[in-house]
Amino acid sequence: MTVISDAMTARDKNDIPSRIVPRSKYGTWIAGALVVLFVFLALRSAFANDNFAWPAFGRYLFSESILLGLVRTIELALIAMALSILAGMALAMMRQSSNRVLNAVAGTYIWLFRAVPLLVLLLLLYNLAALYPEISLSVPFGPILFTMETNTVITVAGAAIIGLALHESAYCAEIFRAGLVSVDHGQREAAEALGMSSWLMTRRIVLPQAMRAIVPPLTNQFVSVVKTTSIVSVISMPELLYSAQIIYARTYETIPLLLVVTFWYLVLTAVLTVAQHYVEKRFNRGRAGLSDYTARKLSRLTLEAGK
Amino acid sequence: MIDLAEKSTGVAAVEIRGVHKLYGSLHVLHEMDLVVAPGEVVCLIGPSGSGKSTLLRCINNLEKIQAGVIKVFGELIGYRRAGERLIETTKRETCRARQHVGMVFQQFNLFSHLTALQNLIEAPTRVQRLPREKATEYAKELLGKVGLADKHASYPAQLSGGQQQRVAIARALCMRPKLMLFDEPTSALDPELVGEVLDVLRDLANNEMTMMVVTHEIGFARQVADTVVFMDEGRIVEQGPAAQVLDSPRHERTKRFLERVS
Ligand SMILES: Nc1ncnc2c1ncn2[C@@H]1O[C@H](COP(=O)(O)OP(=O)(O)O)[C@@H](O)[C@H]1O
Ligand SMILES: [Mg+2]
Repeated sequence: MTVISDAMTARDKNDIPSRIVPRSKYGTWIAGALVVLFVFLALRSAFANDNFAWPAFGRYLFSESILLGLVRTIELALIAMALSILAGMALAMMRQSSNRVLNAVAGTYIWLFRAVPLLVLLLLLYNLAALYPEISLSVPFGPILFTMETNTVITVAGAAIIGLALHESAYCAEIFRAGLVSVDHGQREAAEALGMSSWLMTRRIVLPQAMRAIVPPLTNQFVSVVKTTSIVSVISMPELLYSAQIIYARTYETIPLLLVVTFWYLVLTAVLTVAQHYVEKRFNRGRAGLSDYTARKLSRLTLEAGK
Repeated sequence: MIDLAEKSTGVAAVEIRGVHKLYGSLHVLHEMDLVVAPGEVVCLIGPSGSGKSTLLRCINNLEKIQAGVIKVFGELIGYRRAGERLIETTKRETCRARQHVGMVFQQFNLFSHLTALQNLIEAPTRVQRLPREKATEYAKELLGKVGLADKHASYPAQLSGGQQQRVAIARALCMRPKLMLFDEPTSALDPELVGEVLDVLRDLANNEMTMMVVTHEIGFARQVADTVVFMDEGRIVEQGPAAQVLDSPRHERTKRFLERVS
């Protein structure tokens, strides 16, 4: 009797598998292999083709005027984005406010600057001098304080920054509004019941939670701004693209220079993507949950440590 | 009891006179009259949609009223008196006036991006401008009192429903309220977690906190409430000592409601 039951338990023990292995993901392997093959073929054709002129690419990649253009692009994108975020946040709050005038003003602004194509807006700003040759600051119906020629205020860079900021802030406003709306109404109610003023509530409770929904589309917007700066080349602002255009207009090395430009836009976007990861992590505090991979690994280590 | 309290302190904790509340054309509260004495525990019962939440929310001015007057310890919240009229005060003044009325919600509404401790000290440090160390000290004491001393660094998502609601109660208490409003504090909880929250409420009642509790826990009301108010369709149908209203209700509607819930 006992012999049999002992034998049983021994066999039962052998029946317990030693490890549980996640399902093999063949699809991932097949897709991976295909991608590697295509990339290899594309690279081989690019390097075999002399028209790409890779030596020229290498020569211009770090050339002074290209790097200068790159810096201007970065400056332009940063300033335009900073202004857009500030204006966008203000517009989103105006849109939510119970003050109907503020609400209508914000609504009209967003409608207007989303409707006008950026290219058209830039050309209009650039030619503002034709409309208002002079800009002056004065007391309404009173004396004029000072006057300047429009062209000294709206320089090429000024027009570029103002144009980008006007255009992008309208989009940022919608991103922020969506974020504010995404925060559970109970959070505002609790803050209000604790005696927090609207400003305190927005700053300390609503915005930090809204950021979870805001950061991904906002980064997307930032990436788009970085690339959109290339449009200001039409008003001869020597940013990255225009700097390259100046060179290839002279040397006819069009393809390698456009590849240099492409390369730098890729780098900028990569940097932003990495930054996005860290910003998202910061605003996801309080959210339970690990990635599937981390969770699996942790569980296995914990089990093994227990053995 | 009301008379007693008014005699002893001279002022009621809550005084509701002739209050009407409408949402557009929907008349939610009719001619409300209710007086709560300091230290009294009032349980509000009644069918869903009868206006219990609305009444609580009118008391701390989360909702505006359309007629009548509500005073908390003799003071108006959200209005000031000018002769025959009540005039809405600015948001800032309303916020200041409602600081001393704590509110606990059915859905807890803890700030999800802050830890339990941060949830507690947020308003005392920012609204009442208490020094951080002082607020933290009191917050830790309160977390200990609701049995969550070891959870001060946890985020709401890492706590059970019962624990979240106890943090929410501690958060309201951290403002040193003179009046606590509870809107169905246990209705979102699994049955086995209801007890731990009701224990905290019982504790508060024993410590002379003035409380108004909307609840469906008739057993709790019978045990803890001084006064039970039965509401239906935006009217107070019946109010009186807990034992009387719950065990020998005068009105047919109260009887039918109590039969249904117990
Ligand atoms: N914000 C609101 N807007 C319009 N109607 C509302 C609003 N809040 C509550 N009501 C209505 O008021 C009535 C009373 O609601 P409520 O006070 O929540 O009842 P209870 O808490 O007793 O269940 C219900 O008919 C409800 O539909
Ligand atoms: Mg309710």
